[in-house]
This record gives sequence, C-alpha cells and structure tokens, in this order.
Amino acid sequence: MEGFLAQLLNGLQYGLLLFLIGSGLTLIFGVMGVINLAHGSLFMIGAYLAYVVATLTGEFWLAPPAAVLGGLAFGALLERGLFRKFREREHLDQVLLTFALILLFEEARAALLDNQFHAVAVPPSLDFSIPVTGGFAYSAYRLAVLAICLAVAAVMFAFVERTRIGASIRAAAENPEMVDLLGLDARSIHTLVFAAGTALAMLAGALAAPLQSVYPGMGDGFLILSFIVVVIGGLGSIAGAFWAALLVGSIDTLGKVYAPQIAGISVCVLMAAVLLWRPNGLFARG
Amino acid sequence: MPSISRRSVLGGSLAGAGTLALPPLALPPLTTPALAQPAVLRIGLMLPFTGTFAALGEAIASAFNLHLKELGGKMGGRTVELVRVDDESDPAKAPSNVNRLLGREKVEALVGTVHSGVVMALVQAAREQQIPLIIPNAGNVAATRELCAPSVFRSSFSNWQPAYGMGKALAAKGIKKAAWVTWDYAAGKESAEGFGDGLRAGGAELTKVLTLPFPETNFQPLLAQLPGLGVQAVGSFFAGGGAIQFVKDYAAAGLRDKLPLCGSGFLTEGVLKAQGAAAEGIQTALHYGDGIDNAKNTAFRAAYKATTNRDADVYAVQGYDAAQMLAIGLAGTKGDAAAAKELSAAIRAAKIDSPRGAFTISASHNPVQTIWLREAKNGENRVIGAAAEALADPGTGCKAA
Repeated sequence: MEGFLAQLLNGLQYGLLLFLIGSGLTLIFGVMGVINLAHGSLFMIGAYLAYVVATLTGEFWLAPPAAVLGGLAFGALLERGLFRKFREREHLDQVLLTFALILLFEEARAALLDNQFHAVAVPPSLDFSIPVTGGFAYSAYRLAVLAICLAVAAVMFAFVERTRIGASIRAAAENPEMVDLLGLDARSIHTLVFAAGTALAMLAGALAAPLQSVYPGMGDGFLILSFIVVVIGGLGSIAGAFWAALLVGSIDTLGKVYAPQIAGISVCVLMAAVLLWRPNGLFARG
Repeated sequence: MPSISRRSVLGGSLAGAGTLALPPLALPPLTTPALAQPAVLRIGLMLPFTGTFAALGEAIASAFNLHLKELGGKMGGRTVELVRVDDESDPAKAPSNVNRLLGREKVEALVGTVHSGVVMALVQAAREQQIPLIIPNAGNVAATRELCAPSVFRSSFSNWQPAYGMGKALAAKGIKKAAWVTWDYAAGKESAEGFGDGLRAGGAELTKVLTLPFPETNFQPLLAQLPGLGVQAVGSFFAGGGAIQFVKDYAAAGLRDKLPLCGSGFLTEGVLKAQGAAAEGIQTALHYGDGIDNAKNTAFRAAYKATTNRDADVYAVQGYDAAQMLAIGLAGTKGDAAAAKELSAAIRAAKIDSPRGAFTISASHNPVQTIWLREAKNGENRVIGAAAEALADPGTGCKAA
C-alpha cells in the first residue's frame, strides 16, 4: 500500500509536468488549428537553457524565469515569422513546417553545444530529502517542482476562465469566425497563445532538467505523451488537459510498475478507450 | 577533436615508398608468399572521435599508439601505419565506414569500437573476410558467443563479466536476495544475466529485474518499488549521463541506507565527480580500477600521462591491450595479417601483460580476467579486492571455439 501511494505521487508529479507541456499544445491546437510537432523540441530547448544558465552562472533559479521570458519572446517570434504565414495553408504544410523545426532545433543544439548527456545539479537550497512513505523519500526539489506546476496550473486556469483576454482565447478556440466578426484581434490572440505555449513548454524543460538530465531527443517521449493528453482532454480545453495529464501520468507510472510488459502501450490503450467512448475527448465542450 | 579521417604515419619514411623497399631480386621462391606483403602494415582504427563517446575513442586510440611507439612503430616486423576513421557511434554509417577502411584504405587489420551497435558491422566484415579484428570496448556478448570467429578478439570485457563479479561478491558478503535495475536494451539484459549467474554461484538469488526504455531517465517508478521487493541489495547497469542521474535519484529517494547500491563498474566510471556525495561508498565490479598495484600498471599510467596529459582509465587500458594482442598475433605470423589460424593461435597462447593484471584469451576470444571489486571514495574507484578471479565469459553458442 505504501508503495502504491509513492507511485501515485510519482504519477502526480509526472502528470503535472506533462500538463505544462500539454496545456500549451492544446491551446495552440485549439486556437490556431496547428499540430505543433516541434513542441517537444521546445521542451528540450528549455532544458538545455537551464543547463547552460546553471553552468554559466552557477545559479539554477535564474533558469525558470529565463525559460518563461525567453519562451514568450521566442514563441512570439516563431508565430509572427513563420506560423502566421502558414495560417491559410493546409494542415499537411503546417505539420511539415513543425517537423522542419524539429530538425532545425536538433541541428542547432548539436552545433551550439554537443551530443552529450549532461547532468544538471539540483539547486543546493533544495538538495535534501523528505520521507513520504515508510521506505521512500522525495527530494525537496521534486516536491518544489510539483508545487510550481500546481501554481502555474492555477494561474493559467484563473487567466483563461476569469479574464477578458482569457475569454477571447476561449472564444477563439471554440468559434474562430465569431471572434473575427466581433472585431477581436485574432492575430494578437494567436501570437499570445503561441508565445504562452512556448513559454510553458520551455518552463517544463527547465524544471525537468535536474530531474531528468538533458540529452538529445529528450523531448520525443514527452511530445507523444502530451499529444495523448491533448486528445484525451479534448482539443483546446485547459481543464481537460489538466485532468488528462494527471490521468496519463498516473497510468503511465502505474503501468510501468504493475504491468511492465505493456508499459509502453498502456496510455495508448487508455487513449483508444477514451476515443471510443467520447470521440471528442473527456472535456470537449459542446 | 581530430577530423573524420586522419592518418598518423608512424615510422614514416617507408610509408610512401612501400614497394620500393622490397628488394626485387632477393626473393627466390623458397619461402611462403607472406614475404610478398607490402612493407607497411595499415591498421584501421574505427572509433568514435566525435559525439557522446569521443573521449572514450580518444583514450583507446592514444593508448594503442602508446604501445605501438613502445614497439618502435612496428608489429610483426612491419612498419605500422594507423588509419583513423570516426564512426560517430552511428550504426547506420557503420557498414560504409568499414567498407572504406577495407576498400579504399586497404587496411589489413581492424581495431574498433565502443558502441555495441556499430561493432556488429566490424564483426561481420571480420567474419566474412577473415580480417583480424580487436574489439577494444563494446561488450555485447554475441561477438564472443554465437557470432564468435577465429579472426575476432576482444581486449575489453563481455557485459556478462563485471555483473557476474558483482553478483558473486554480494553473495560472498551474505546477501541472499537482490534486484537489478537497468535500461531495457541488450547490454542491460546481458548484465542482468551475469548478475543473476554470479549471485547463484554464491548461493543467493536475483529476485527481480526492473527496466525502463533506453535512454529514459524517469527512474521514480522503479525506485519506489525497491523498498517493497524484500531484497537486501540493489545492483544496476547504467553508464554515462544515465548513471549520474540514477545514482543521484537513488540517494534522493533515501534508499541508500536501507538498500546498498552496487553495480557493473560503469555505474561510477568517469562520472564520480558529477555524482558527488551520492556515489560515496558505492561498490562496483570491473576489470580495472584505481590503485591496482603492479609494476605494469604503474609504468603504463606514467607513460600514458606523459604522452596525453590525461590520467589513464579503463578505456585506455583496453586500447593498450588491443595493441598488445594484435602485436602478439602478428609476431606469431611474421607480419602476415591474413594468416588467421596462426594469428589466432599466437594470441590464444599468450599471457597478456596488462595494467589490469595479466590475462589470457578464452576459446571464444574474450579475456579471462580478474574482475575487481571497487569502492567509490573521494572521487576514485578504489580497488578493495577481487570479485571474481580468472573469470571467463561462458562463450555459449560459440562454434569456432
């Protein structure tokens, strides 16, 4: 039983990290209709940014704000410079664009840094452990990441559900034509959504760096799981992404523990089941 | 970092004038055709000189070179020219790299490599064309088991060996039940088998093997299972960055005091500094370590330090011994690399005077060697005893033996 509780905590922590990535992905998909395959690469860029910042300055805590600010700027640049020009194009063209970005980001990483696996030290202030169940302890940093993810989720939820800009984002996700008709600035909304999604993915990467190390292609697994989160949660739904991320994180973790032979497909089975039962996802509106 | 293909000409003057060096009239047909070989012997070093394993490739190449210099630049009476090819640890490029060495570069012997996937292309070529190959690292058991061949040798280890030593040492300490944690790939499986065999040899058992996909580093779901397994110790096979993260996560999970962590030596090899206090006291088993007290090791470490300005590590030892083995084999054939049978017999009959301690070569061409038990302390993997002496890989399925 104690082992089970520890695993639930693992699932929760993993799921919350998935939420940071998946929430950006679902918004970008919901609002802009773009399947951003490069989202996992943005996660990787955030992690490498944390590695570089922590190595150069010796202060890890500069990395998360740097990832958020850098992500906002980088995301806005990508949207204005590239995605806007593909807005009227077919889905296939957009997918090809995001695929090209994956290759570009990987090559840039290899050219700027190297192909090595790098460990990122846990910040010294949180480099201690707290027992969570009888035989198992959690590092304070891991618990801090859990808390930060929850806080980010709360802020996002409040922003999207309670503010005017949030309302226009929801409107843009549900009925893009209506947004145009109402005279809302759809272009600014797109820039904002893409910038926020990029910032979230890079923040997730930065926070994950001390937990996972940084290495080439580290975003691939997260990309697939985040897409599953988006599909299960319902396209464009923040609340859906939240609960789906927790579900996927838990199923993935428990699957690895109790059914290791099928661990690789347990979440895919979950997704298939959800799609059969509710084709638009658990939290699809309307 | 060296360029993709760099040739280092050793003993130089003969290199360009190979055919001129043969006296045209002084060869009555009274000896074997071996004398018709060109004076210069070209050896291909196919190693990673860029990418993740670049430092390993450099260490192997530098130490190989060191022994070649000790021999005056000659093996089997012939001046050696080394042809370096960067394999980038990329299995997809392996066949073309091998073909380049055997084709355009006309090498007569091969040395390589670090990556288990890339080495298979070398093994295949060596098997098909009877070109002597010395593997200076890659530990996949197949190369000296079902795919063994008269021309294929290893100067390093099989993945089975260090793990076997660790299992045996644990059992000797009175541990009855242990678990193994590793990546779900060939090296992980092979080391798990070795660990289990070693435990059983000492009357203990391997009760659980936990794996995660390579190269994932989300160890939490595995770590949280360990307290509930009812084992007394945990062994593991991870290397490089994964080993750093695993050892740190293991300590952070508060498991170290209850379940001592041990492993194949690679768990703490070359990564102790990054692991810091989390690694202190971890015992591992490997065919090399810090503080091996023999004259050969002392001399080797000093010479290696003098030529490269780096401290010797296990990879350097494997490169050095690859050169020793090849030189012994070629001495036995008077420089004829194509005489597979004689070359093999010479290496098999030899006792290799290695910095790790002298070793011999088994029937399946893997080192029969002492696996040392080491303990991580102050940034060193101090040898504290022998985990298994004169240990041979089982060589299961080797028909050439």
